[in-house]
Parts: sequence; C-alpha cells; structure tokens
Amino acid sequence: MAKYLLLKHYRGAPAPVNDVPMDQWTPEEVSAHVQYMRDFAARLEGTGEFVDGQALSPEGTFVRYDGEGRPPVTDGPFAETKDLIAGWMVIDVETYERAVELAGELSAAPGAGGKPIHEWLEVRPFYAEQPTATE
Amino acid sequence: MNESLLRELVPAVIGVLVRRGADFAAAEDAVQDALVEAVRGWPDDAPRDPKGWLVTVAWRKFLDAVRADTSRRRREELVEAEPLPNPVEAVDDTLQLYFLCAHPSLTPASAVALTLRAVGGLTTRQIAQAYLVPEATMAQRISRAKRTVSGVRFDQPGDVATVLRVLYLVFNEGYSGDVDLSAEAIRLTRQLAAKTNHEEVAGLLALMLLHHARRPARTGPDGRLVPLAEQDRSLWNSQLISEGVEILQTALARDRLGEFQAQAAIAALHADAQTAEETDWVQIVEWYDELVRLTDSPVARLNRAVAVGEADGPRAGLAALAKLDPTLPRHAAVAAYLHERDGDPVTAARLYVQAARSAPNLPERDHLTRQAARLNAQLRS
Repeated sequence: MAKYLLLKHYRGAPAPVNDVPMDQWTPEEVSAHVQYMRDFAARLEGTGEFVDGQALSPEGTFVRYDGEGRPPVTDGPFAETKDLIAGWMVIDVETYERAVELAGELSAAPGAGGKPIHEWLEVRPFYAEQPTATE
Repeated sequence: MNESLLRELVPAVIGVLVRRGADFAAAEDAVQDALVEAVRGWPDDAPRDPKGWLVTVAWRKFLDAVRADTSRRRREELVEAEPLPNPVEAVDDTLQLYFLCAHPSLTPASAVALTLRAVGGLTTRQIAQAYLVPEATMAQRISRAKRTVSGVRFDQPGDVATVLRVLYLVFNEGYSGDVDLSAEAIRLTRQLAAKTNHEEVAGLLALMLLHHARRPARTGPDGRLVPLAEQDRSLWNSQLISEGVEILQTALARDRLGEFQAQAAIAALHADAQTAEETDWVQIVEWYDELVRLTDSPVARLNRAVAVGEADGPRAGLAALAKLDPTLPRHAAVAAYLHERDGDPVTAARLYVQAARSAPNLPERDHLTRQAARLNAQLRS
C-alpha cells in the first residue's frame, strides 16, 4: 500500500472546466456537492483506503522567526497569494493508478448546473518508510 | 455490566487509593490501568462487586508501580501502610476530584482531558478519539496536567465556576468517535448537581438539557445545519425540555442569577415557543441584557443584536450591531441576516460570502454559502 495526498486548492490550480463560484450556484447544488464529498469519504472508509480528510479555512497568516528575543513576524492574509490550499484527503491505496482514479472521481463532484466541476486536484505521493529488508 | 456504570465508579475508586496514601497522579494511573483491564475482561466475566474489584485491582497496579519504582524506602513505607482488607469506605471524594481536575493552574484543554479521565472514567484512547488527536498526544497532555496539579492538596475546596467552565467546554465539543461528549458532559454535570447545592450548577445543567433536547432537529439527514427558526420542533425532546425548565425554575427561585441561568432562560424561552413566530423575543432581549450585565461578553452582545432585530425590527438590530467590533466571530453572518430582513439582499449576499470565508466549521461554512447562493439565485431571477 502507498499513501497519497489529494490536494484541493482554493487558488493556484489550473482553472476547472465548470468554473462558477459556489455562491453563484443554487442552494440545492451546494447541498449536492457537499453530499458528494461526504459520500466519497464514506465509500473510501468502506473500501479501507481512507486515512484522513481535512478542510482548511481560507483565512491564513504567514509567520516567520524574527531573531532572538523578538516576537515572530506575522503577515497576511494576502489576497494575491497564488496558491491557497482548501483541504486534503489522505488515501492509502495499492497503486498510483488507483490514486489517480480516485482523484478523478473526486474531481467529478457536481457544481453549477449539477454538472461535474472537473477541478484540478494535486496527487502527491508520501515518502515511504525505509524498508527493513534492503537487499 | 455496562460501561457507563463502570465509569461512574472511577472517581470513588481514585478517592479510596488516595486515602490509602497514594498520591493523586499514581492513584489515577493505577485506576486507569484497572479500568482498561475491566473494559477488556468484564464483558465475559463481570465481578459481583464491581467497585471492590476495581479497588483491589487498582491497588495492586499501584503497588506494582511503586515496586517498579527505584525508591526502596518509599516502597517499604507503603507496604507497611497497606490497609486491612475492608477497602471500600463510604466517603465520596468525587467532588474533590472535580475541583482538582479543573484546577485554575491547568489550561482549559488539560482540565478537560483530566476531567474526562479521572472523573468521567474514559480511557485515554476514547478521549483521544473524541478530540481527534493521537493517543500518545492525549496521554502526554494528561500526564503533564497531573504533574501540574501534583502539589495541590486533595482536600482543598475548589471553585465551582472553574468546574462549570470545563464541563461547558466538554458539552460544546459535541460528538465524534464513539463517545458522545455532550451526553458525557450532562452525566458529569448531573452528578455534580447531585453533590452540590449551587444554583449555577443547576443553571448549567438546565442549559445543557435544553440544548441537547434540540439536537435531533439541529442537523438535517444530509448532515446540514438547520437554523433554529427552520427546525422541526416536533423533533425536540419534550422530556428533556420539561426537565430543564423545572431545574431552571428551581434555580431562579433562589434569586442568585448567574450567566448559566441566564443562558438557560433564553434557551427555555426558545423551547417554549410552539413555532418560531411565537418566540417571545422581547423577554429574550431582557435576558440578554442580564447576560451582558453579568459577563460583559462580546458574544452575548452579538446574540443580543440578533434578538433586538427580532423584537424591534432589523434596523434596531443593525444599530445594536454597529456598536460592536466587526472582527468578532460571526459578526458578518449576523449582519447578513439583519440586512436581508431589512430588505437589502445585495448587501446580505455579499456579507454571507464574507461570513462563509471566516466560518469556524464546515457545517456553518456550507450553511452560509447556501444562504449566499439562495439570495444570489433570487437576485438573478
């Protein structure tokens, strides 16, 4: 088994096919989308492939060390930040192909007009554990 | 043997060990070990005297731990002090445990974890699952908490107010994993109410019961949030409501108002309305005035602005809102609601989008997004 991160972006990914902001959908379309995401996670729990899923608020801050004895510097949120992560799902699957297949299904979540959003999701492999047997 | 009955025994068993000379941290560890053994073994083979069993096993665990300890002198002292086998005294130390676990030197998260383990009798694993952290993390949080209170004398009286804050935190956590923290908070508050005669304990218990009564109506079958005005009131648990109201009335009759009684009074007024339209908003505003006077809390002021909007119209609500800090959590959501009632869907839709962006949780975010979507759809048509 190998773990993959399916990463969803508020901003920073290429534009989806069905690119309409959520507040311009109908309330029923919003509900259908939320339901699809819940069902997807529940199904992966059922197949034993779900590890974790989290959603992030878009409001974030950049922080850095500012030297001995000083409080950290904070900055942001930046309206112009190119990359803004919306959330992730961690899956544990047999193959890379399976990870891509699942990301494709997640990307088909319905959006405006009840049609799939076709949004771009990033699939990132976790570094594996070092194997015990090395030869 | 059901598990909640088992858990009810935990604080008393810790008390027995402490009175026999174990310090609190070691006693609590030993009882936790015994508890884990009981959870594993009792379903097949429950003892006739559960408390006696727990005391015996926990005391053995405690002695094992002491023997494993490097201090030879301490071991000898304790083995000498080992009591005669009539172990179960009638004294109840549960109340002292509440105080200790909510000690002001603890951070809220530590106090919550320690209370759930030592008073609630939950295992570290269950607490970790409920708070979505790894078990090792929760174990560390608990052992650090115990080190923090290690110098506190077990028989010192504590402050009920700190205990109530901890229980309220537990209640608000809701439920995830296999433990229903709201139900657990109610159980612990009931137990506390039975051991104290304090009107705010009663107030908090009433508040919890009244909120818990509405829980079946608060989320739709698809997990979506259903706002109070749209809830199917036939789903409210009328038994919990009448119990909550009765407890509240008895507390209020003592004429020593506190913040939990005031909040419970507001919840009771909502529970009393057969339909959302019948809600007595004028009285609710009066109770919010009391709550603001008692707590000076910005959250209470924000909720008061909503109530004013219902009692005196949206303009009055917006005027009350204008006096508050716009960075308050949920400020934009309240503003959106009042602007819509005031007949300004354009501003309301914009504010709902803004509110969704800063929502503290997903159900609220989805709800606010749906509100914006609803208004935008209206504006398009």
